[in-house]
Amino acid sequence: MRAMAESTEPLLRLRGISKHFGAVQALYGVDLDLPAGQVTALCGDNGAGKSVLTKCIAGIHQPDEGEMFWEGRPVQIRTPNDAANLGIETVYQDLALADNLDIVQNMFLGRERLSGIFLNEDSMERAAGETLAGLHVTTVRSIRQPVATLSGGQRQAVAVAKAVMWNSKLVMLDEPTAALGVAQTRMVLDLIKSLKDHGLAVMVISHNLNDVFEVADRIAVLRLGRMVAQEPIGNFDFQSVVDFMTTGTSGRDVMTSGAPSN
Amino acid sequence: MADSDELGADAASGVTPAEAPAAEDLTAVSVEVPPEIVAQSLGQYLRAWSARVRGGDAGILPVAVALIAVVAVFTAISPHNVFLSTRNLVNLFDQSAVFIVLAMGEGFVLLLGEIDLSIGFVAAIGGIVTAQLVQPTYDWPWWAAFAAGVLVCALIGAVQGTIITRLRMPAFVVTLAGYLIWFGVMIVLLGAAGGVGITSTQFQNQQVLYGIVYSYIDPVVSWIGLVVLVAVLGGAMWLRDGSRRRSGLVAPPVGLTLAKIAFIAIAGVVVVAICNANRGSILPIVGVPWVLPLVLVVLTAWTLLLERTQFGRHMYAVGGNAEAARRAGISVARVRTLGFVLCSATAGVAGIIYLSQLGGMTTNINGGQLVLYAVAAAVIGGTSLFGGRGRAIHGLLGGLVIGAIYNGLYLMGLPIQWQLIVTGLVLLAAVSVDSLSRKSGGGARV
Repeated sequence: MRAMAESTEPLLRLRGISKHFGAVQALYGVDLDLPAGQVTALCGDNGAGKSVLTKCIAGIHQPDEGEMFWEGRPVQIRTPNDAANLGIETVYQDLALADNLDIVQNMFLGRERLSGIFLNEDSMERAAGETLAGLHVTTVRSIRQPVATLSGGQRQAVAVAKAVMWNSKLVMLDEPTAALGVAQTRMVLDLIKSLKDHGLAVMVISHNLNDVFEVADRIAVLRLGRMVAQEPIGNFDFQSVVDFMTTGTSGRDVMTSGAPSN
Repeated sequence: MADSDELGADAASGVTPAEAPAAEDLTAVSVEVPPEIVAQSLGQYLRAWSARVRGGDAGILPVAVALIAVVAVFTAISPHNVFLSTRNLVNLFDQSAVFIVLAMGEGFVLLLGEIDLSIGFVAAIGGIVTAQLVQPTYDWPWWAAFAAGVLVCALIGAVQGTIITRLRMPAFVVTLAGYLIWFGVMIVLLGAAGGVGITSTQFQNQQVLYGIVYSYIDPVVSWIGLVVLVAVLGGAMWLRDGSRRRSGLVAPPVGLTLAKIAFIAIAGVVVVAICNANRGSILPIVGVPWVLPLVLVVLTAWTLLLERTQFGRHMYAVGGNAEAARRAGISVARVRTLGFVLCSATAGVAGIIYLSQLGGMTTNINGGQLVLYAVAAAVIGGTSLFGGRGRAIHGLLGGLVIGAIYNGLYLMGLPIQWQLIVTGLVLLAAVSVDSLSRKSGGGARV
């Protein structure tokens, strides 16, 4: 079933992306596909280039070489604004929420709705409530409570909801469950599945293979700046992902001996 | 008038969280939510509120308690209960007005997590510019002189703010330099005479400025004004809360809306009644001094700016988490610079009130003490020194506490040193409350 989705043009296709910082080569000709309606997990050890690749897509870094295709069209993403205009939103690990503002205020931060010269609180509150309800985020007591009063999982949910509010098509999440306990992790994983069900392309950067196997449809493994594996999840098991991350190859040869995917 | 705006529906700005989410798990249940956004009735609201106070987040309570305590102590110990006489209460407000407006100005930069040490002397410059422009040599209309004084201060704020944000220099140092520079400029502006007065009865424009503190609104007009004010404010609150309740949005319970409107009405009646009682000893003196509506205009304007506009929202965001604001596309440098402009411009208004209160400006103006009282008043009122929390009303409440201490100790004939010591102790108490609420509530701030 996943093979069908693979055959169509992915939402974002990267080909031969290279990036260096001075003498340090961070990415070597990386290819990556991010199909709509699927969760792609980006795995790799520290320093593998996950953050650099993410920032290239988010418009924070510009690749030195390579091409990007958005819905089949070649594009160049030079600034975070370019990324936002295409519909790419990134949820960074520190979430970038203002603790002293409430949920609605955070979700609309920088893009407030106005009526005349004043803020249109009613309209923003309604839209924020609808977005949260659409993502099945129901644990917050009031969307007017300050973000400082939220639990870690709820904060993550607000950050994700903020990212999907703007008709985004691709959401990238950096270590979304790193700081969370069991119940909160459950909630965030459900949230990620719900993004997928809404037809968004999702890229999750994660070290936690439990989470990756729970939520991802595809896994892409970076090692020392090179893409060493990119397959539907059924072609991997825990050990093979770890092998790819640490050695760049898998002795088990996932393509033939891995669990059958379909 | 402590609750003169619709706090309930838009509470984030003034609210400190009672409990911080730790890095690991916390269930939603254990986290205190501001009572006004979840309570369904007035009784529930009061219960939730008292739970929150016990939990360490006292909101506006400390300053209310402080104000009542200061008034009670001075009423008890002032000779012949003169502290609570109508004459002294009006006098107390006149004296507090400078601290109140200065504190509202300082509030802008404290909200951003910055500080401005120069506004005492910046205020003096504003007062002097205005005073000079209504002297016979220039003879500007009073309103033009008023505007020019405020504008000069705004320019000073723009220069200081630009240096701080564009050259990335610490506000503490830049405004400390400003403190010295404007102290010097003040002496230069006052020239060989060492002072400038505005009490000459020959000049109408001087009389108007002098009359900010020393002329009074006709009692009938002040009662009509109060009725209009309560009707407009109460009506706006009632309609807004009602429409939000009907649309299923977060809104305070009906009882709370009514209680707030009633509180505003009662407070207004008490204030106007005090001002309209005869306080003259030989000739009758009645009426609300013009400085009171002036303070209310500043309070209303800055409350609307901070809590109802996009710019105000961005100020809270920059004060709460500058990095989040930057990533949201907000120009942090612009917001910071404008914060310093607003701070200094507001100080200019305070300087003109001071000019009116003193009847002129001299080289004796103690701008250092003024700015320290302004910071103290803002913090006593509930503004956080650490940024992200503060409202215009905090300046009003804190300024009244400072003014009451100043006035009460003066009535007792105690010398200045006691006033300094008591004010310092009150400030220490206020900062402790601020730090404690931050320790228990703001730990999650990035």
